[in-house]
Amino acid sequence: MRHIISILIENEAGALSRVAGLFSARGYNIESLTVAPTEDPSLSRMTIVTTGTDRIIEQITKQLNKLIDVVKLMELSSGSHIEREMMLIKVKAATMAQREDVKRLADIFRGHIIDVTTTTYTIELTGSGQKLDSFIEALAEHKILETVRSGVSGIARGEKSLQI
Amino acid sequence: MELSGAEILVHCLKDEGVEYLFGYPGGAVLHIYDALYNQEDVNHILVRHEQAATHAADGYARATGKPGVVLVTSGPGATNAVTGIATAYMDSIPMVVITGQVATANIGSDAFQEVDSVGITRPCVKHNFLVKDIHDLAETIKKAFYVATTGRPGPVVVDVPKDITDPNIKIPYHYPKQVNMRSYQPKVKGHPGQIKKAVDLLLSAKRPMIYTGGGVVLGNASEQLRKFVRTLGYPITTTLMGLGSYPWNDPQFLGMLGMHGTYEANMAMHDCDVLIAIGARFDDRVTGKIAEFCPDAEIIHIDIDPSSISKTITVDVPIVGNVADVLDDMNSQLELSSKKPNKKALDQWWKLIESWRAKKCMSYDRNSDQIKPQAVIEILHEITKGNAYVTSDVGQHQMWAAQYYGFDKPNRWINSGGLGTMGFGLPAAMGVQLAFPEETVVCVTGEGSIQMCIQELSTCLQYGLPVKIVALNNRYLGMVRQWQEFFYQNRYSHSYMESLPDFVKLTEAYGHVGIRIERVEDLRPEMERAFAMKDRLVFLDIVTDQTENVYPMIAQGKAHNDMHMSPYADLPQDPERELS
Repeated sequence: MRHIISILIENEAGALSRVAGLFSARGYNIESLTVAPTEDPSLSRMTIVTTGTDRIIEQITKQLNKLIDVVKLMELSSGSHIEREMMLIKVKAATMAQREDVKRLADIFRGHIIDVTTTTYTIELTGSGQKLDSFIEALAEHKILETVRSGVSGIARGEKSLQI
Repeated sequence: MELSGAEILVHCLKDEGVEYLFGYPGGAVLHIYDALYNQEDVNHILVRHEQAATHAADGYARATGKPGVVLVTSGPGATNAVTGIATAYMDSIPMVVITGQVATANIGSDAFQEVDSVGITRPCVKHNFLVKDIHDLAETIKKAFYVATTGRPGPVVVDVPKDITDPNIKIPYHYPKQVNMRSYQPKVKGHPGQIKKAVDLLLSAKRPMIYTGGGVVLGNASEQLRKFVRTLGYPITTTLMGLGSYPWNDPQFLGMLGMHGTYEANMAMHDCDVLIAIGARFDDRVTGKIAEFCPDAEIIHIDIDPSSISKTITVDVPIVGNVADVLDDMNSQLELSSKKPNKKALDQWWKLIESWRAKKCMSYDRNSDQIKPQAVIEILHEITKGNAYVTSDVGQHQMWAAQYYGFDKPNRWINSGGLGTMGFGLPAAMGVQLAFPEETVVCVTGEGSIQMCIQELSTCLQYGLPVKIVALNNRYLGMVRQWQEFFYQNRYSHSYMESLPDFVKLTEAYGHVGIRIERVEDLRPEMERAFAMKDRLVFLDIVTDQTENVYPMIAQGKAHNDMHMSPYADLPQDPERELS
């Protein structure tokens, strides 16, 4: 089962490696991991997408909570939540036909073309991981030069919030 | 008061009440050693290898309950300390390890004696810190002690770059009285609802079992445990780490459980219908085959660390809290409860347990013309009246010490249970002897283990530590040999120690007394002679039966009711019959 765990962690050197080290030392999976400071610069917010049985997920959350730097933790996927991922994708767009088709696909997926050269388009696309996957599939006939995905960020719906 | 970083560090230790600092100097910590030079508050103990510094601090901590403190230099000083840090981590021992580091400006440049100490120790510490600013130093040390000693204890490393301790940079010193960390708020009290549920479940049991571990020793909960066990009248077993938290000769005590536990303890585990685990973590050496662990039992688990609960064995009633506090609450609920233990069922249960006990699983050949290791430990118990602090290394001798010494009090059995570190015993004994100079401290070891930290005989001479070393010398790495006999068809691959040193001469070279015992009839008188030398370290090189095995034994991955038994078990009258 896929789970999303959100963590508030002290924004200190080495905090990320404590989390990453925990996952590798105990053999847990990480599908994606994102981290950046919050509105309070002393805290970072981390979103980890992982897979495992309920038992493993319970251990992961307990082990994460045990890390001294972890202030608070929430398993997002246990409740109603929103998740988003951002992708930057550079596609070959040299001929008129290519340029038109890529532009059309970007529009359909509500992406933005954010950089243009005579031979390439770079598109920014935000959405669920599945949506990004679908976009990549839709581009099958085109030559993808580069794909950059941010990994999932998530937030709970409604008034529930992860704060100290 | 303006102090340099080095002076601040030493003042912090003094203000923290540190008696002994176990360490070894080197380039990155020279400023600190200079600050140690002109003071008498913190006694520095110079070991001969950094691993021994950590084990000595660890032994001190296990015996006193106070944190052990270590100071080592950067690079190899830190890496040598890692084994001892990991040892303390696995057994949840409070320890603060200060490692020197190259100057901040040189970090990351592959400087001389540079190693990423914070990175290397991260997986085997409770927490670690790199001090990057002298203004953070005192608070960081305070935090280190706070984290190491509260909640589930553990080692904390503080990495201090050399420039932070520069004698020319001085700042005002203030040691915080307490620290508050928003990210670390250990829980003490157990949930009252869960405690009530547990008490109800316990009182409904027909075949109850109490299984306790090192958490009772670490949590200072022996008194509460004794009251709890006696109130209920239930059988109790302890893990290797819990020995001494309940008196060994009490009729309710079934002995140790697990791989080398007693027949009665393991059978009672297998057949119980309600199990309460107290400060124990369901280690694989205890559980045996997970799928067949206590198949009929509902399980209650008290532990201070939530991540210990339902880690390997799913439990029915988890209680997170300090063992002593939770047991206090349980004891008062038991007093108030109108329900009492089911006497009829309990009598039947005890009858069954007594039938297992009658197997006398700890029997061994008492008529042998060779010295039996078990006999050595039994005589050791008699000579020391069961009051010694016993440290051990790792292997057969460790199991025999655990099985045959008979511990009455907590904090007296000091061994590396989790990591299983050979070389632990002698340095740990040094830490214990420093803490309790008047007490008898024994290191039970083997001729293999003792050689892993034997250089500490020199430290013992320097500080006049009259440790008694009881080496069960069977000319084999005994536990390895035993596994090779049982599971590798007697292929004794590299488990035989050839070219053993003359331990008597070696001990004498270090300035101590060495005694070799080869004959059964010499055993007791020579041991008595050794223990009469109160102020001398004596190394007893005892030549024991080479082929003796530790029994009972549950093979790895087998269930509790599947034990290899001693050929002498169940036949106390006529052991020869079974053998022929």
